[in-house]
Amino acid sequence: MSDSNHTESEFETITAEGSENPQPVLILAEFETADELMSAAEKVRDEGFKRWDCHTPYPVHGLDGAMGIRPTILPWLVLGGGMTGFVGGLVMQGWMNGVDYKFLISGKPFFSIPASIPVAFELTILLSAFGAFGGMLALNGLPKMFNPLFRSDRFRRATADRFFISIEARDRRFDAPANARFLRDIGANAIEVIEE
Amino acid sequence: MKHLLEKIPFVRPEILGNAESREIDNTAYSPAERQPWITGDNTNATITDRVCGILEEKPTFGWVMFFLLSLSVLGLLGVFVPFLIFWGVGVWGVNNPVGWGYAIVNFVFWVGIGHAGTLISAILFLFRQKWRTSINRAAEAMTIFAVMCAGLFPGIHVGRAWFAYWMFPLPNQMELWPNFRSPLLWDVFAVGTYFTVSLLFWYMGMVPDLATVRDRAKNGIRKLAYGALSLGWTGSNRQWHVYERSYLLLASLATPLVLSVHSVVSFDFAVSQVAGWHTTIFPPYFVAGAIFSGFAMVVTLLVPARQLFGLKEIITLRHLENMNKIIMLTGMLVGYAYAQEFFIAWYGGVKVEKFAFMNRAFGQYAWAYWIMVSCNVISPQIFWFKKARTNLWIMFIVSIFVNIGMWFERFVITVTSLANDYTPAAWDYYSPKLADVGIMIGAFGLFFTLFALFCRFLPFIAMSEVKGVMADQAHAVAEPKPAEDEGADPAPSPAAGS
Repeated sequence: MSDSNHTESEFETITAEGSENPQPVLILAEFETADELMSAAEKVRDEGFKRWDCHTPYPVHGLDGAMGIRPTILPWLVLGGGMTGFVGGLVMQGWMNGVDYKFLISGKPFFSIPASIPVAFELTILLSAFGAFGGMLALNGLPKMFNPLFRSDRFRRATADRFFISIEARDRRFDAPANARFLRDIGANAIEVIEE
Repeated sequence: MKHLLEKIPFVRPEILGNAESREIDNTAYSPAERQPWITGDNTNATITDRVCGILEEKPTFGWVMFFLLSLSVLGLLGVFVPFLIFWGVGVWGVNNPVGWGYAIVNFVFWVGIGHAGTLISAILFLFRQKWRTSINRAAEAMTIFAVMCAGLFPGIHVGRAWFAYWMFPLPNQMELWPNFRSPLLWDVFAVGTYFTVSLLFWYMGMVPDLATVRDRAKNGIRKLAYGALSLGWTGSNRQWHVYERSYLLLASLATPLVLSVHSVVSFDFAVSQVAGWHTTIFPPYFVAGAIFSGFAMVVTLLVPARQLFGLKEIITLRHLENMNKIIMLTGMLVGYAYAQEFFIAWYGGVKVEKFAFMNRAFGQYAWAYWIMVSCNVISPQIFWFKKARTNLWIMFIVSIFVNIGMWFERFVITVTSLANDYTPAAWDYYSPKLADVGIMIGAFGLFFTLFALFCRFLPFIAMSEVKGVMADQAHAVAEPKPAEDEGADPAPSPAAGS
């Protein structure tokens, strides 16, 4: 699959085994460095692509701007989790010790705010953290065990030391040969089309 | 002296297969140029190879020995925990008045150890301390395992361990609810939350690195296991965007959390009426002590680990020196707290308080008190000298002293106040029995066994973060090169901020 990248053809094609009528699902371009990726990403953005992504071994600073990604709504999910935890924590303690099962111990009030703060605080943090982690998974669509990208052997280096741009076939401007030429022009050193 | 460690046969590179890792001194301070955090000629590829190599190559002799030793020490838990559960807490040395013995001492000790991991992973992250990236993964692992050891003790010291679930507010046929006015229940929530959040934070930080291991995996089991654990991560920048925001939020949540956990643990003592416990300095004093002991444990673990796994260029002398500075600082904070306790006992003028503190320093447990003071206050003072801060042997030995000293701190607080309280007729001397010691040592076995497994099966260094630091480092050293193609400069304004 991944022979030398200086073949005559514009791109290599990877087709899923046993596929009856293979259609391209995405085009994948490899870049050597983060700086090359960054300037290429700006051009892909300016060209008007919508369903595309960069793949990097570490979060590259400035790439969000170069891709035109809008801020995530995640903080609101975390806020929601935190408020649920705090209110829920107070209500739980008030109801359990102040209403449902009252018992006097050391002359302490059945329910008081100061004594309830530690548990309410911990539950605030706990549910906020669930919001942050669960929200991250949900917004990113993870876990996603199957992904056409995993058909590419070259792509394995995306988590080690190479930088990629992928454009999905669902993008309105998708056209494998034309996109391949465009990506080659903006500095890609290898291009693959994945079909399924 | 510095190279003595390399001369020990166990650590010889040819046995360990990590000969390439060199010790490079990057601790020299120069205002003109910054020293790199990652030394040597490392690139993204060499970092990946080095860190993944630990998991992919055959286990080294040193690792096998360490694992087997830890596992056999863990066996002590297998013996003494069932013994305790079968016979009850009478097998411990606890008596009347000293109802809190080794179990609570160990609990507080282990929770404290965990704190350095969260400090490194969350607080240093918020302060943008780049040096955290080389050590945060291992330190967080240490946190998880330390909190597991801590959780063991409340589980078994309740006496009837099979009712330990009564600590949780679960609906039951007796229509009882736990007592939320007790600091001991606050502890359940604090430690439970701490463990859960630390685990999420650790795991989430590891997902990109697990994907790296997945993508290098050769055999089916590895592909399956790391594939499942890495959740299908592709390094997508749209995912990184949400991921980084989530990581930042988790760090901001973990920061107040870690400060709260040992504060709540200190409430176990401070909310009671016992002389020597009933003080307002306890929460900050406990938190400082926790960070102090935790950093010592990180040094204890990382000094051998960086030698064994050939990580000297990633966990550099400068990282270790920074940790030693924190050990010295927190050691002095703890020393200040010791002094302040005496001052307030005298200044407050309460007779029992005055007695409690004089009794700590000069009473029947004076030996324990002075072990604590020499280990915690005196021994870190050697770190005023740069030679000591950058000497592996000295830092390792001091870290062991600090571990011992901080264990004794909890022993002194717990036992001296109980053994000699308001009623002299009830005074007694507490000494541990075999089961106390067996469970204490066994917990160390559990800790080191888990740590050994972590070293072998999970990425020891946060590779993706180290690569980010290296990219920044490269930009700081050299002017950014213009891109190869005809495009504009790579660092113009739309790219700023994230």
